[in-house]
Amino acid sequence: MNQAHAFTQKHLLGMEHLSADEITTILDLGERFLEIADRPIKKVPTLRGKTVINLFLEASTRTRTSFEIAAKRLSADSVSFSASSSSTTKGETLIDTANNLDAMSPDIVVIRHAQAGSPHLLTKHIDAAVVNAGDGQHEHPTQALLDASTIRAHKGKIAGLTVVICGDIDHSRVARSNIFSLRKLGARVRVAGPRSLLPLGIESMGVEAFDRIEPALDGADVVMMLRIQLERNAGGRFPNTREYARLFGLNPRRLALAKPDAIVMHPGPINRGVEMSPSVADGPRSVILDQVARGVAIRMAALYLLGGGSDAAE
Amino acid sequence: MPDILLRGGRVIDPARNVDAGADVLLQNGKVAAVEARLAPPSGTKVIEVENLWVVPGLIDMHTHLREPGQEYKESIETGTAAAAAGGFTAVCAMPNTVPPNDTRAVTELIVRRAREVGVVRVYPIGCITQGQKGESLAEMGDLQEAGCVAVSDDGKCVMNSEVMRRALEYARGLGLPVIQHAEDTSLSANGPAHEGAATTRIGLRGQPAAAESAMVARDLELVALTGARYHVAHASCAETVRLVREVKRRGLPVTAEVTPHHLMLTDEACVGYDTNTRVHPPLRSQEDVAAMRAALADGTIDAVATDHAPHSPVEKDVEFEQAAPGMIGLETALALCLELVAAGILSPAVLVTRMSAAPAKILGLPGGTLAPGTAADVTVIDPRAAWTCDPSRLRSRSRNTPFAGRAMRGRGVMTIVAGSIVFAEEGRVG
Repeated sequence: MNQAHAFTQKHLLGMEHLSADEITTILDLGERFLEIADRPIKKVPTLRGKTVINLFLEASTRTRTSFEIAAKRLSADSVSFSASSSSTTKGETLIDTANNLDAMSPDIVVIRHAQAGSPHLLTKHIDAAVVNAGDGQHEHPTQALLDASTIRAHKGKIAGLTVVICGDIDHSRVARSNIFSLRKLGARVRVAGPRSLLPLGIESMGVEAFDRIEPALDGADVVMMLRIQLERNAGGRFPNTREYARLFGLNPRRLALAKPDAIVMHPGPINRGVEMSPSVADGPRSVILDQVARGVAIRMAALYLLGGGSDAAE
Repeated sequence: MPDILLRGGRVIDPARNVDAGADVLLQNGKVAAVEARLAPPSGTKVIEVENLWVVPGLIDMHTHLREPGQEYKESIETGTAAAAAGGFTAVCAMPNTVPPNDTRAVTELIVRRAREVGVVRVYPIGCITQGQKGESLAEMGDLQEAGCVAVSDDGKCVMNSEVMRRALEYARGLGLPVIQHAEDTSLSANGPAHEGAATTRIGLRGQPAAAESAMVARDLELVALTGARYHVAHASCAETVRLVREVKRRGLPVTAEVTPHHLMLTDEACVGYDTNTRVHPPLRSQEDVAAMRAALADGTIDAVATDHAPHSPVEKDVEFEQAAPGMIGLETALALCLELVAAGILSPAVLVTRMSAAPAKILGLPGGTLAPGTAADVTVIDPRAAWTCDPSRLRSRSRNTPFAGRAMRGRGVMTIVAGSIVFAEEGRVG
């Protein structure tokens, strides 16, 4: 790993403030980390002696596991706090939690939090590099990076592609991070969903908004379906999941409107039968599990770049 | 307390159409004379105020003094000291104290504490409903007798239309203005910021401007029904301006105020998640700010009010959505409004009207003019003084201002209440 990295950020808080070069640097590095998963001993010593704390103050299985595996494969010492085991349930403020963690001298803190801006608050109270693993409905940068990695692998490029993001855009940090990221990388981005789930001013982020899925799918290269976030009170925004599935669910008939080689993505977890029919989720166009596999490699790349890893990955 | 002659200043007293160089003589706590040249009677303290503005004392009709109950944020003593330093000779104390000012006993406590430790005049505002719950009317008659000059459930909106109707009718009978924090809470849904492109980008839940204007629209229908005196607290959006402008044309007894922060900041200020930018109503769009400025200039918005809302780090050093809404404003309001004068949006006379004469008129308070015979409440302003907002130097007990570090131009350099100097910039008084 002797390349000169176009990456000088101290933290990874969001895609909004990364340049296309920085994004590409992470994607390239992620590509090289991918093959570690195929080794008999899935471990490199690059972050040996570094401490990574996973501070998950909102429920998460996939992302937390992915970060834990990424840290372990880089030989970092990693520990995880989850919402139920953390002192925040005892009334401690995030700043106090941050100060306590800081006193233990971690190198990287990965934070998942229900409220937008929490990782930014953390950076003001902690020396460690901070990775945003999802803050409210704001950003989820490593998801956008693994999505870009997946798209690039399957399409050979990102510039010039038409990407449709469909579903609960308003509550989605995945949508926001992907919009920032894909626009910087030169893709055309469409968002589609019930009007009541499209946030005001979304067009100002450089996307085209559709209130029906069919015209949005026309000629699309990539179809990214989002989960309806019932836990963020999305339920009141449309009549019920039955009607949602009928109007916005991705089924083979609708998928046929996209390009013949269009790929289907989903950040998970999938509500089968709601945003996507099982035949599409498990079908030949689905790259959903590849997204998950690349998630580990991308997170290794992010941790490596932020943790100042040694050049011993090879 | 010696008599005072303010010599050589520019006297701006829009209530009497005065804007001219003149001397102002204050005797026995009252304005004795305002004339081009006055010889100081013997024993009079002469203060040179050349190049300074001499205006009727500024009145803030929307202040949270936090006493009783939240003295760790502010007290009547510290809040009125901040007011004096900001050029205010009077403040109206909003009733969302702990307990709320919904009974005579609380009003009397505030009046007594203000007499004991207050630096400027304090006019309490009582609750519309008991406990600000929006259910049963508070004892408005008792509150008024004890010293309340208006009623408001500020911080909370009276959501129930029947309760609001009866409150307006009852208050009308007493001659009390009703000040509404207009927010349809089912529509705002605790959104911590303004719903628009900025919140969409930064992922904060937003509340639409319509949460305010829809409630103003309902209330204006109730004003038409009841004929009560109605005042919109902290108006913040273009649609509210349009509604108020329209009913004023019809002659309804409606007035409105705007805060300095809704005149100076947009929702873009929230982008860095500075919790000091979290405020109710939220900082709005550029278009809304432009509408507020135009409305303040043309008189659709009658008054500037600070909505000075002190909070401690306990409430502010947290995630944006967890932070208590509100910012302090007493010590920055005048300088921020002077920016609008410098920009040619307000004339000096209009500024003084909005910050002194209009609040006095809306609430029927003494002051708002330098007419001989009135109380000697005077603010002396240096419109050119350059200073930087340093929260650590403010008199308020709290520090929650988004204007920290802002280069300011203009400030109050002397504040006189009933003929006594209650604040003076160092070196101003010989």
